Amino acid sequence: MTSDRGSRFRWSKVVAFVLGLVPFAWLAYRFATDQLSVNPLDDITDETGTWTLRFILITLAITPLRDLTGWSRLSTYRRMAGLYAFFYGSLHFLAYLSFDKFFDWAEILPDLASRRFIVAGFAAWLLMLPLAITSPTFVTRWMGGKAWKRLHRAVYVVAILGVVHYLWLVKFDIQRPLIYGALVIALLGYRVWAWWKRRSVGTSAHAR
Amino acid sequence: MSRIQVPKIPSSELTPEPLYYSRRTWLSLVGLSGISAFIAPSAAAQDRWPQGKQGPYDTDEKPSTFREITTYNNFYEFGTDKSDPAAYSGDFKPKPWTVRIDGHVKKEADVQLEDLLKPFAVEDRIYRMRCVEGWSMVIPWRGIPLASILKRVEPTSKARYVAFQTVLRPEEMPGQRRRVLDWPYVEGLRLDEALHPLTFMATGLYGRDLPNQNGAPFRLVVPWKYGFKSIKSIVRMTLTATEPPTTWNLSAPDEYGFYSNVNPEVDHPRWSQKTERRIGEFGKRKTLMLNGYAGLVEGLYAGMDLKKHY
Repeated sequence: MTSDRGSRFRWSKVVAFVLGLVPFAWLAYRFATDQLSVNPLDDITDETGTWTLRFILITLAITPLRDLTGWSRLSTYRRMAGLYAFFYGSLHFLAYLSFDKFFDWAEILPDLASRRFIVAGFAAWLLMLPLAITSPTFVTRWMGGKAWKRLHRAVYVVAILGVVHYLWLVKFDIQRPLIYGALVIALLGYRVWAWWKRRSVGTSAHAR
Repeated sequence: MSRIQVPKIPSSELTPEPLYYSRRTWLSLVGLSGISAFIAPSAAAQDRWPQGKQGPYDTDEKPSTFREITTYNNFYEFGTDKSDPAAYSGDFKPKPWTVRIDGHVKKEADVQLEDLLKPFAVEDRIYRMRCVEGWSMVIPWRGIPLASILKRVEPTSKARYVAFQTVLRPEEMPGQRRRVLDWPYVEGLRLDEALHPLTFMATGLYGRDLPNQNGAPFRLVVPWKYGFKSIKSIVRMTLTATEPPTTWNLSAPDEYGFYSNVNPEVDHPRWSQKTERRIGEFGKRKTLMLNGYAGLVEGLYAGMDLKKHY
């Protein structure tokens, strides 16, 4: 039922869709008008990476926010946030392949296999791929809710890999990766706590 | 207090860098305007190199623009983003400036920077600069060779290294209020590296005083080593008998060695050093051995395994 409601047209979804494009548009605008740094290609790589992580966090924040506020319609935005994480992640990966490596596979393949921050980032992107593919409502229906839910828990791993990727690539100042790490821990911690609470409520219900 | 406004100088007040290194190129860009008739005579005398001719240590590559050199900096004392040094160095006071020279020298000195520089004629040097992060620039420095200063203080026979120290002023350098690195920043060179004619103490760039974000008022430039070796805003130089500690080596010894020579064959443990992006260019260049200065400095490392002494 939730998915039915989610696929219905709503203006608020149009607004959310446009909002998700704002970071991309802002980056493109600054690139076109020479307002990025004097190393704009690196800025594109950095900013698309940062927005990937932010959209993963937004995706993970929606369930706790829904539980806290009781605003059940929030769930309808989770899929869009997840798809935007995939969108920015793909741009980020493409920026690496093009501006950074110029599709020189002799350089890229060893990188993907051996440089640990690239391994972590690539693994995160690969894991997002099946989640993006199985996001349309008809695929969800075809898979069945339970299997779909189980598959989409992979986003937890994506979040952890994303933070590890960030942590491993910075030269020395790990303040920002640690902030993202703390947010991921908090959001995943909430799920553990909610699961534990549900379980204990469940068992006591059984006992009665 | 014009120095405080260094990052905010309106572009109209700057010497356009094309004018600085090549009036002729600039004129051809401007086109056929009548003005060229006026400037042409002086343009004939002025060449690409500010001192009028290419010196033996100058690269003939196109210098990076003033904007590129002064808005994209790694100077963690002012913050860890590349834009931080230009944005947050306005409160830094590079005048007056005292430099202490001590250790194994016959003539210890505690001198005002002007007095230290007075005996020497400033030179312009156009050097490549390669950052360990994989980008590079070409910078027209102004300053004097380090050897000139060292010869004056007369190192004793015990002196084998030079240790350098950056000023510690957390009240003027917001980046120092966070312990990102172990302040103050310290660096070092072997004495023969320090005495090499390429090794330069810069006090300016593009013919102007060093902007704060570039290490005002007095910084090291060692063009065949990764940029972080070229320590900025120096207040102390100590001649030592043993290898001095260096900040990045203390922070991550497996990633940053004492030598830190530019070497495309020795990768950073986490990324390749084979190529670099010259700021302003789209494609990447192949990184040159010793940043293209191998012919001049490889003798310093004869018989050394540069993979081991990275």
